Amino acid sequence: MDKPYRLQLEHIVKSFPGVLAVQDVSLEAYPGEILALVGENGAGKSTLMNILSGSLPADSGKIKLDGQEVWISSPSRAQALGIAMIHQELSLIPQMTVARNIFLGREPRFAFGQLVDSAKMTTQAQDLLDQLGLDFPVTALISDLSIAQRQMVEIAKAISFQSRVIILDEPTSALSERESEILFRLMRSLREKGVTLIYISHRMEEIFDLSDRVAVMRDGQMVGVSPTNQLTVQAVVQMMVGRELTEFFPKTKVEIGDVVLEARGLTSGKRVNKVSFSLRRGEIVGLAGLVGSGRTEVARLLFGADQLDSGEILLDNRQIRLRSPQEAIKLGIGLVTEDRKTQGLFLGQSVRSNASVLLFQKLTKFGFILYQKVDTWIRDAVEQLSIRTPNLEQKLRNLSGGNQQKVILARWLAVNPRVLILDEPTRGIDVASKAEIHSLISELAGKGMAILMTSSELPEILGVSDRILVMKEGSLMAEFSREEATQNLIMQAATGQLAVS
Amino acid sequence: MKRSILNFLRSNSGFIILLAVGLPLTILSPEFLSGSNLLTVALQVSMIAITAIGMTFTLITGGVDLSVGSVAALTGALAAGLATRNELGTYPSMFLALLAAAAVGGLNAALIVWGRIPPFVATLATMAAMRGLTLVYTNGKPISGLDEQFTFWASNLGKIPVPIFVLLVVALVGYVILHRSLIGNYIFAVGGNEETSRLAGISSTKVKFTVYIISALSAGITGLLLTARLWSAQPNSGTGLELDGIAAAVLGGASLSGGAGSVVGAVTGTFIIGILANGLNLLEVPSYNQQVIKGLVFIVAVVLDYILKRRLKTE
Repeated sequence: MDKPYRLQLEHIVKSFPGVLAVQDVSLEAYPGEILALVGENGAGKSTLMNILSGSLPADSGKIKLDGQEVWISSPSRAQALGIAMIHQELSLIPQMTVARNIFLGREPRFAFGQLVDSAKMTTQAQDLLDQLGLDFPVTALISDLSIAQRQMVEIAKAISFQSRVIILDEPTSALSERESEILFRLMRSLREKGVTLIYISHRMEEIFDLSDRVAVMRDGQMVGVSPTNQLTVQAVVQMMVGRELTEFFPKTKVEIGDVVLEARGLTSGKRVNKVSFSLRRGEIVGLAGLVGSGRTEVARLLFGADQLDSGEILLDNRQIRLRSPQEAIKLGIGLVTEDRKTQGLFLGQSVRSNASVLLFQKLTKFGFILYQKVDTWIRDAVEQLSIRTPNLEQKLRNLSGGNQQKVILARWLAVNPRVLILDEPTRGIDVASKAEIHSLISELAGKGMAILMTSSELPEILGVSDRILVMKEGSLMAEFSREEATQNLIMQAATGQLAVS
Repeated sequence: MKRSILNFLRSNSGFIILLAVGLPLTILSPEFLSGSNLLTVALQVSMIAITAIGMTFTLITGGVDLSVGSVAALTGALAAGLATRNELGTYPSMFLALLAAAAVGGLNAALIVWGRIPPFVATLATMAAMRGLTLVYTNGKPISGLDEQFTFWASNLGKIPVPIFVLLVVALVGYVILHRSLIGNYIFAVGGNEETSRLAGISSTKVKFTVYIISALSAGITGLLLTARLWSAQPNSGTGLELDGIAAAVLGGASLSGGAGSVVGAVTGTFIIGILANGLNLLEVPSYNQQVIKGLVFIVAVVLDYILKRRLKTE
């Protein structure tokens, strides 16, 4: 292609405390093309796109739009320049109509600009939807539309801003196949009209079906950009994971015992579909899969945080029914949640209260908490887990991510569960603490706990697990032993290129 | 159930509850539907409804205004005081008193927007402070000696009490502002999603000042009407007005989490409360028991609304 570029990103750098999220990345896009942006979770795709759409400032680098250098200081600036980003969490106002959402802040007015000209707004919005071939009423409330239709409204809104570049962040993750088709049709027709579409996705079929070129990021760097028709799925996956297993995963040999927990045909809504597996004493099972593949949902089902539609859970060969996390805890099942800040911790409270939430139930006499025993126990745990905190009164907010996570682990150690589920246990944690947490997990397995660990980081899954399960779109796609698993195999199973059962 | 039926029930829940409350009363008490009784209800309801309309504005933004009762008392006292003590004339006194009410609304908004104090706390503080100010200004005693120009506002025009006309005007103005004007659109937008609104270039500061001033002004109007009706400004008038206002707005479909509410709903909600109270009086239910029944009806209405909303979401 020798057309002039629509968009040029030059040497973009962005770091967060402790992480270099985007390292000297350059990327070009043409008018009238669909550019797929792929990479593992945490590869820097979203950060890069947030810089482009004005949500994050870059540390350094240049952005050119149609050859002109532009300064994108805020999302509204990006909007004015014709760059729109459609996020996974949509930003429409559910209680307002389609037309009012599209024209929010730019309503047609009369009476000295004080009253909204509803009739005119409705016609203009209708024209817009007609032009895009969308067939829902503009007077419908957003809350009455499907997720797919809401995305279409977002796109219509972007078009009404004369957007030249539209970024879609995993637009199909919440859509059915039929809905995705409608979205793709719309994307193709926008391409015809000369709009540049940058499209973040994990789904290989879609990428190969839809995109003109594929850009691959890994560890904050751009690994390569090629026309889609010169690539194979194999090649893209290779580029995505191509890193060596450099991190150190301490793993001790543990005698694996009898089956402790068995899941049979777990099904819940659309997110989890007939998932069956077992966990043995002393075993660490890794649950891999892309974000949204249903890993977290499985974890929550096993912990009684969500309810099963069908399927059964067996503990020691006896069927159990988990109506609440409380029941799961009583039966000896623990869950370290994916999002520790919102679901795992009381950020404003002390190390003592965070670590002892579950302990309180054990160390009480006539309903009074035996604080002295609690304190002794916590001191031991802090030492044993080498939690770095000045004292037990320290607020959790002031600890590092790694130490916060260790406090949560301490909480579970207190009740010594038989099954411990760890959902992304090292997300956002520095490398040193990661290794500590990995060795801790290994140690717990050594004590006979059965552990189920989900992770988006393949090296972690490969390094820690005895056995690896891979999910895609709610179903279990494959199972590998520690010996046979490789990054390539897992990635292929997770993107649906490989099905082993 | 069909989605359209659910939607109909949800968006007209106020009227349905009104019927559900009114029909049995009509059957049980022959006086209920008489013209004079309905006018009595309308008179009682109109004053609260005006405050409920203002309250709806704050609720839609996800806020609340607890200071309405105190503002009503302060406005009434100021108007009566300026008219009798300072002899400024009825209308200038009323105007100045409403100006003071608007200032309190502005203070509420300033505390919320610039002081970053949650609306509940900010307006709780002004509720206490303004009640205190009223007591200081009146010395804790009623201000009487109002002229006919003042008391006209609670008299009857023909057979119909004047406050009903005032309510009609306030409702009409409120309707145009909330459902037809630009700022009304932005009130819903800010309540629905503040971040999206910000990105659309909407100033939430302006929106919040508008709603708290509107709320305070409508409370002020209620205060003037209460004063006119009692022929004097009572330092303790308007106590509990915030509860009635919130209950009415919520019964009429306003959401405490913001984003939803309407002027028609606020008026309907007040009528539900008023008719219920009136009907229970006619049936000679003791007033203590009335409180219990009112509470139960409120719970049923809110739970029903919640269930309908959930059904709509899952369908």
